Amino acid sequence: MKPRFVLRSSTPWWRGPLLIAFAAVATFAITAALIRWAGGNPIAAYRYMFINPLQSKFGITESVLAATPLVFTGAAVALAFRSGYWNIGAEGQLLAGTIGATWFGLHAEGLPKIVAVPGVLIAGAICGAVWALVPALLRSRLGIDEVVTTLLLNPVALLVITGLLNGPWRNSETGFPDSDVVAESVMMPIVWPGSRVHFGLIAGGLLALGCWWYVARMAGGLRLRAVGLAPGAARIAGLEVERTLLATALASGAIAGVGGASEISGVAHQLTIGISSGFGYTGVIVATLAALNFIGGVVVALLLGVINVGSFSASRALSIPSTMGEVVQSVLLITVVAALVINKFRIVWKAADK
Amino acid sequence: MIDIIVDLIAASLRIGTPLLLAALGELITERSGVLNLGIEGIMYASAFSGIAAASYSGSLWIGLIVAVLTGLVAGLLLAFLTVTLGVNQHVAGLGLTLFLISVSNTVNRILFTADGGQVRVDPWRSIGFGGPIFDQYVFTYGTLLVGVPFVWWLVWRSGLGLRIRAVGENPEAADVAGIHVARTRYQAILIGTVFMSLAGAFITLAYVGQFTINIINGRGWVALALVIFGRWNVGRCIAGAALFSLVNAGQLQLRLVPALADVPFELLLALPYLAVIIGLAISGRNVPYPTSYLKPYRRL
Repeated sequence: MKPRFVLRSSTPWWRGPLLIAFAAVATFAITAALIRWAGGNPIAAYRYMFINPLQSKFGITESVLAATPLVFTGAAVALAFRSGYWNIGAEGQLLAGTIGATWFGLHAEGLPKIVAVPGVLIAGAICGAVWALVPALLRSRLGIDEVVTTLLLNPVALLVITGLLNGPWRNSETGFPDSDVVAESVMMPIVWPGSRVHFGLIAGGLLALGCWWYVARMAGGLRLRAVGLAPGAARIAGLEVERTLLATALASGAIAGVGGASEISGVAHQLTIGISSGFGYTGVIVATLAALNFIGGVVVALLLGVINVGSFSASRALSIPSTMGEVVQSVLLITVVAALVINKFRIVWKAADK
Repeated sequence: MIDIIVDLIAASLRIGTPLLLAALGELITERSGVLNLGIEGIMYASAFSGIAAASYSGSLWIGLIVAVLTGLVAGLLLAFLTVTLGVNQHVAGLGLTLFLISVSNTVNRILFTADGGQVRVDPWRSIGFGGPIFDQYVFTYGTLLVGVPFVWWLVWRSGLGLRIRAVGENPEAADVAGIHVARTRYQAILIGTVFMSLAGAFITLAYVGQFTINIINGRGWVALALVIFGRWNVGRCIAGAALFSLVNAGQLQLRLVPALADVPFELLLALPYLAVIIGLAISGRNVPYPTSYLKPYRRL
């Protein structure tokens, strides 16, 4: 008897959610072993990771704050993936955005807020798009694989930041490799009183909504999806595949760049070497778990925000490594993509050939 | 002047060893039509598990074996996801990399850095036959004298290599000809991960002698680029690895030049990455991807 995967013509409605739930249970089972090894009680650890942050206002607002950059990178990655452009450089593009935002913020003394805040976001968008430009041009003009080029530019962006912080942008007071604090005028307002949740959340949500509207409702979005689903057919139908890819790649980079600007102007207020804890890579997790759906991406970003905050409180309370949160997220990614594929197929047991 | 060139070549051989090993592994894998984006994570996890096992057992050889086993387990997981299930290979590979890096960092904290320590071993020393160029690690000699001929023979002269190329180019025809497509791809992925884990083990067990966060630092992505640059041919991959390593060794030398003291060293560190991208831009046009690259195969 051999298993064979046969494509389903229709899937019952309950099967998808059931498999996702199964993936979540599998994730718990796999990560529980590691938590045990670290000397923690898995049940207690999950309580800290998933429930604890939701039980206090502080936990909720910090989770929302942690989710904010992921809203941007999730949308950036989903947009690119929808068009079949495998942008794995959201990390570098977000970092480029932080550079642009910091530069603007260091030179924006005295500007009115109404000009300075859009300015800093646009500076981030431009830098993010510029960082995405070379791989996008190489792909659309020369057909060179964007996966490798976008990946390789991620460490380069971090090196540029390190160079700036060790050189011209070294903190003028402390001498540490952190930039000076940006001008008051570019700091985004707090939108949730009594917390650190800033306007970036709303900007990210609006961008995700805009992406959804564009992809689902506009002619350009239809072209984007057509290019992603069947580039050959799209070309025959007269679509300019390369131009669509180039535009999507730049838009994706710009969105990630705004995400970087939002971190600078919303919460960090200065550039540091650790400004991004892998937000760009986590964006791939966000986009994939949301099945490249933009609204779903916001929800997933919030969930991962909870896990991020929760893994730190679990780490403090149970003295297990705080990197446990990253393990949970990546295991969740693997189990969910597996479940999504299995959902499309029926397993038929057949006697072996011959 | 001669001294500088000799040092440059000697350093390039050290820098190039893990890149070439990993690139050879990726080459075999991609020849079967599967992209292994887990390469960075496999190198990372093997670098860690190798040194962890070596430090507990006191034997570098046990470390090496554990590193390879780590790679094989990771390879099995990737093969199950991409070959058996047919998950998107970009997502599966990147997910594997994120998983392996985060697990390695977590276990590193559990075992070693929780009390402020850092895992170190007394690494393999280089073996000299006279002169800096011929003072290299066993890994380097092994890669060039055994690994390269072996991979060339495997891909172009062995029955398995023929099957790997067949399922990479035309899995339907290979299937009709009686080749087990899934099994062949599993074999290609697993052989590939052995090379990747050797590359990771080289870094901790010979080159550095300790494990630090972010120790692979994009070397896996560079190897990935070298395979495209090398057009899935062993010889061209060696040329690419040599070029990259020379640029990398060169930037290390440039830092010592007094006239360039004002150039931020971060800029020089970024040079090798940019060199790879420029190399791809010049020679990466119309590269002959294996025809079934990224496409899962299912009998209908």
